[in-house]
Amino acid sequence: MSKLTREGLANARARAEAHWQQRWAGRQAQIIIGMGTCGIAAGARKAWDAFADELKKNNLTDVRLEQTGCMGLCYSEPTVEVRVPDMPPIIYGKVDAEVARRIVRKHIVGKLLINDHIFDRPANDAFGKKIADSR
Amino acid sequence: MQVETQTELSPALLEFIRQWKDKPGNLIMVLHKVQEEYRYVPREVAFKVAELLEVPLAKIYGVITFYHLFKLKQPGRHQIAVCMGTACYLKGGEDLIRELEALIGAGVNRVSPDGEFSVEVVRCLGCCGLAPVLTIDGEVYGNLKKADLPDVLAKYQGRQVAAVA
Amino acid sequence: MAFKHYVLVCGGEGCNTKRALAVHDALLKEVREQGVENEVQVLKTGSFGFCGECAAVQILPDQTLYVDVQAGDAAAIVTQHLKQGRPVARLLFDPQTTAKYFPKDVPAGHQKQLRIVLRNCGVIDPERIEDYLAREGYAALEKALFKMKPDDVIEELKKSGLRGRGGGGYPTWQKWLFTKKVASDQKYIICNADEGDPGAYMDRSTLEGDPHSILEAMAIAGYTVGASQGYIYIRAEYPLAINRLNMAIAQARELGLLGQGILGSGFDFDIELRLGAGAFVCGEETALITSIEGNRGMPSPRPPYPAVKGLWQKPTVINNVETWAAIPVILLKGGDWFGKIGTATSKGTKVFALTGKVNNCGLIEVPMGITLREIIYEIGGGILGGKAFKAVQTGGPSGGVITKDYLDMPIDYESLGQLGSIMGSGGMIVMDEDDCMVDVSKFYLEFTVDESCGKCAPCRIGGRTLYNLVDKISKGQGTLHDIEQIRDIGHAMRKASLCGLGQTAPNPAISTLKYFEAEYLAHINDKKCPAGKCRDLLTFFILPDKCIGCTLCARRCPVNCISGDRRAVHVIDAAKCIKCGECYQACKFGAVERT
Repeated sequence: MSKLTREGLANARARAEAHWQQRWAGRQAQIIIGMGTCGIAAGARKAWDAFADELKKNNLTDVRLEQTGCMGLCYSEPTVEVRVPDMPPIIYGKVDAEVARRIVRKHIVGKLLINDHIFDRPANDAFGKKIADSR
Repeated sequence: MQVETQTELSPALLEFIRQWKDKPGNLIMVLHKVQEEYRYVPREVAFKVAELLEVPLAKIYGVITFYHLFKLKQPGRHQIAVCMGTACYLKGGEDLIRELEALIGAGVNRVSPDGEFSVEVVRCLGCCGLAPVLTIDGEVYGNLKKADLPDVLAKYQGRQVAAVA
Repeated sequence: MAFKHYVLVCGGEGCNTKRALAVHDALLKEVREQGVENEVQVLKTGSFGFCGECAAVQILPDQTLYVDVQAGDAAAIVTQHLKQGRPVARLLFDPQTTAKYFPKDVPAGHQKQLRIVLRNCGVIDPERIEDYLAREGYAALEKALFKMKPDDVIEELKKSGLRGRGGGGYPTWQKWLFTKKVASDQKYIICNADEGDPGAYMDRSTLEGDPHSILEAMAIAGYTVGASQGYIYIRAEYPLAINRLNMAIAQARELGLLGQGILGSGFDFDIELRLGAGAFVCGEETALITSIEGNRGMPSPRPPYPAVKGLWQKPTVINNVETWAAIPVILLKGGDWFGKIGTATSKGTKVFALTGKVNNCGLIEVPMGITLREIIYEIGGGILGGKAFKAVQTGGPSGGVITKDYLDMPIDYESLGQLGSIMGSGGMIVMDEDDCMVDVSKFYLEFTVDESCGKCAPCRIGGRTLYNLVDKISKGQGTLHDIEQIRDIGHAMRKASLCGLGQTAPNPAISTLKYFEAEYLAHINDKKCPAGKCRDLLTFFILPDKCIGCTLCARRCPVNCISGDRRAVHVIDAAKCIKCGECYQACKFGAVERT
């Protein structure tokens, strides 16, 4: 991309926002893994690999796997947010490879939530309204 | 004073020094690069850096000895860093150090007799939620108990053996 | 097909698990009996944090939150809410408890947290500038460049009441104004990311989760004070943060958000990283500047302040990560908006790394003025393992302890200072009955002695002497005179040390002495460590009436000082015992006693 002017920034932002809306409120399921140092130390990469593998096994090619920073729930790392159309967004904690596979099979395929691993999004953010459905 | 050295720096390191040479305050960044390559700052490399950056050797040693991260001695093949941040301390970081000493025969800032491991203490790795924590070659192990250590160490000793075989 | 409702029953480790389980089972039974099991899934979850109001139940997707739910309420929830769509009013969580901290137009969550600094952490992909743009990224920079004069930016910061989040609490707008006023051919902007406090990782998380917010804020400062070059001084111990910052800088340069003529304006600004190398004192601003210059990181006396004479003797604005991250939001939402949150003297939110002996340790962002009780017992879910709360430590090696008497005091810069602690950068370490205050004091002194640069005598010699005194007490060799000496030396160090490190190094000792003098006296007079932490003062022995002779302790003992036949009472040879505590931990019958 070339250097942006003001108009260029407005256009880039409009594209980014449209993409964001699509991602967060769209019809595509997504799994967002907290990949800060703590998350990785607690096994976020293993969870990522397990998600990728289980999605492949179940032929779920349209589920997005994304990374993000720290969600703040250090006691429940690795943490993962799962967004499936027509279901409430859910944050899972203590997601090891086994739980990751269960999330794919039960939550994404079976539309059921997983016992004992759900945590609460700890807070709203200053731009809360910008995220569709955020608490 | 001119010091004759035989040491040849790697092309990557030379290029890095060339890029940074004219930037003010470059010494610490260059020393990081040296340590990335050699895992410590060998004396002959310090000589070479002094020559290339045109700074006195005394200044280089002044900087190396001031900062905890820079090492003057070759560390073990695997570097263990035990976190002694407050959370890790309260949750038993010290016990881990004692246990390591018993297991590998090296206390803090020492290399084990077989050269396999060296142990150092770090100030908070920022993974307090996983306390107590240590890292081996940068890989983080959290929620550790003394009893977990033999298994963790074995992974690295095994790695060495596997590489030889 | 997705279910119509999901019923989440909070069942975290801090919870009254029995009660939560009873509620869970009752709901499950009710759902089955009322024939909605194909529309409703009942689940147990991790902790939600309402431990005082157990059990908490949340209904999704409508996000209704019930607290103080009993098993007997299950029928009403299922019939009224799930089947008829009418929430059970008497069980609803009262939003007023949260609202008292936030003005009406602030969208706070029910946990008394609001993410301003951490707004993007855990939301966006930090490696994609597009994600940041989609969340108002670089809109504040654009606003500053095209709609605000430099004085307007400072005015907005003034209105916000933002104070430095690195610990000092100096008003940010004043720093900027000082630098702006000085005429100079070059000025510099520095981000202090040398987060060295043990037990603090707010800045690391922010940099890893939202690197662009720092770049944007630094560019805004450059525009405001007239600087074209910024430096981020970051700990080398944070490789992931360094990596993501490098990525962010490259992306911003590519889009022309850093570099020459930003967004077609006449404003140039660029940023470079400089790595620390493991020296705590470099968090002090004058030492940090010396370190960027490539030298040993020794502090120098102030004035002159960096705002006037800083990096390479040029006027320099230096703020810490958390301060920077708040600035774009302040410009976009207005200083007044930010200033509505917090107390009279401390505005906005503060990020804390809540760790130690607490159930839900985590990275939290709370309004200034919240109480410790709310942080520890509501957000933190109470003390680990149901033990008794003893103290909370804030401000790391520069701070002090706060005891249970002050749990209900609103937290801000001033209140913490009055208690002999400091706000600090945001480490908040919870300690329980097993933590010895003499030991904690020794821990921090060991840290500051190790990190003292040695330039000034009060810190170099005073710190070492303080450590020796506390060490002596921890070994049962202290005298009452030592306590006086600790106070005297501490006082002298506060007054005479060159920089913040030495001035605040006595704080942990002075503060633990202030609130836990009895514990020091127990070490001195009775040669006992009441918390059972100071090894030299412990004796281990076996209670004959409880020992069944299982031999486990003898097998665990590393020095073979426990003797006794199988099924006979065992005995510890105190002369050989190294007080490692293995037997104490091993015994399943509580037969090993420690005093």
